[in-house]
Amino acid sequence: MTELEGYPDSPAKSRDLARFQEKLLKVSKEIYKGLTPWQKTLVARHPARPFCLDYVRVLLHDFVEWRGDRAFADDPSIVAGFGFFGDRPVAVVGHQKGRDTKEKIRRNFGMPRPEGYRKALRVMKLAEKFRRPVLSFIDTPGAYPGLDSEERGVSEAIARNLYEMSRLAVPIVATVTGEGGSGGALGIGIADVVLMLEHSVYSVISPEGCAAILWKDQSRAKEAAEAMKVTAADCKALGVIDSVIPEPPGGAHADPFVAIEAVGREIAAHLGRLSALPVEKLLDGRYEKFRRMGVWDGAAAAR
Amino acid sequence: MWFRNKTPRAIRNPKTSASLGEGLFLKCEGCRETLYVKELERNLRVCPKCEFHFRLPADDRLRLLFDGEKYQTLFGDIRSGDPLKFRDTKKYRDRLKEYEVRTGRPDAVVAARGTVEGTPAVVTVLDYAFMGGSMGSAVGEVLTRSAELALAERIPLVIVTASGGARMQEGILSLMQMGKVSAAIARLGKQGLPYVAILTDPTTGGVTASFAMQGDVTLAEPKALVGFAGPRVIEQTIRQTLPEGFQRSEFLVDHGFVDLVVQRSEMKKTLGTILKLLHP
Repeated sequence: MTELEGYPDSPAKSRDLARFQEKLLKVSKEIYKGLTPWQKTLVARHPARPFCLDYVRVLLHDFVEWRGDRAFADDPSIVAGFGFFGDRPVAVVGHQKGRDTKEKIRRNFGMPRPEGYRKALRVMKLAEKFRRPVLSFIDTPGAYPGLDSEERGVSEAIARNLYEMSRLAVPIVATVTGEGGSGGALGIGIADVVLMLEHSVYSVISPEGCAAILWKDQSRAKEAAEAMKVTAADCKALGVIDSVIPEPPGGAHADPFVAIEAVGREIAAHLGRLSALPVEKLLDGRYEKFRRMGVWDGAAAAR
Repeated sequence: MWFRNKTPRAIRNPKTSASLGEGLFLKCEGCRETLYVKELERNLRVCPKCEFHFRLPADDRLRLLFDGEKYQTLFGDIRSGDPLKFRDTKKYRDRLKEYEVRTGRPDAVVAARGTVEGTPAVVTVLDYAFMGGSMGSAVGEVLTRSAELALAERIPLVIVTASGGARMQEGILSLMQMGKVSAAIARLGKQGLPYVAILTDPTTGGVTASFAMQGDVTLAEPKALVGFAGPRVIEQTIRQTLPEGFQRSEFLVDHGFVDLVVQRSEMKKTLGTILKLLHP
């Protein structure tokens, strides 16, 4: 097609180009319809996929990013701030990865240290104080497993967020846009509504990590992704998320604006409904949502 | 060869089994002294020479903490389903059955109600002998019910942790148990009821990153490994060996994440005092 574009314009050229384009669309549509869990994991990690700040740029205006956890540092692998979503002021928290090497390193590949979670909590508490709903965008391989991260209590930071988010008295809508990596994802993932993009994944451990533990062989990640049921459709079937947002043909990175707008529409619909609920009802609903999760026998013993 | 298999089973791996093994003697992991198993058991599995704390089975823990070693166990019929039809080298379902035969309980948790130094409490203990104390749907459900029962009866909740974290074999549902249990503990807190976390060796992963770190007061046994990522994962990440004592109870006290390191023999008394200080 690139070669064809180099030729002088003619009706035959534009006809052929249109035909090829249509064919390309059809093929990528078909390919993306049949992605395996492991292929979806790779798409979810695609560096050209929209990241949190891309959603912010398209869906919000007058966004002000707030920095720092007021205790130790600012962690660029989580962004947080307030902005207008349509005419509604909202708070945003989200993992942020980088596209080029320099940015990737600055953002620590989207792997937050405790400061990131504490900053997110600080901004969510502000949202509660000023009665603004929270939009959370999840896209992380996991919390950073480093010495400093442990020293400063990354598990305490995540644990506190789970605790506080379960009672935060404003609506929370979380969207898994790429990788939902374990506790590092859940640390900003307790919400009234949890959405997932079609080719995003959400899992308890990375497929590589799972394969390394179960089969002592990282290269069997494919099987692990399969076995752990990491896809959006699986998560929906397991009752862990509320809905799956379709991606444009070729995935969100093929047409970021279409993907971002689709996410925006879905968030807007839920936000309208949630904002109308009295706080006690909202919180009871959030409690029951997580309360139901899990599959166990012995159901006869009533709660 | 003569030097192979020189050490009896019990000496090779006393820490991972619920029982201390069939041998009469074993070697202390703390001081390398040879210990008489009977004596070690009498001493709550704490080395009489160096005070190294061997892992304590869940039932022994309940007997240790409740007055008169008396308590009523709860929610004992809850067992994990197999939502993913998971299979690695073995079927998950078969694995669960094997552990049930080995430990005599359907999953990695036991909840009980009784009194601790006179204060009524729900005490829920994770059982490391059952799939490394990992948390799937059943563990999450029992912990949540424990918190809900404590709330309904307006009595304190105590959780004793020993776990490798969330259970891979139940995938994302295991991760969600972190949220479910946390929400139940948050409700308890909102109503002014105490929750005390007791961390024992080892406590890592999703268990640390949820209820283990949500205690109003957090106690730990000496030298217990407590962390988010396991030491090997961290070493692979930073490509350095970790400092001595990293992620041990004492390290967590120094860094402000644990209140008190308590000897096993003192745990009941200390817990009793704390419960009285907080409740009613």
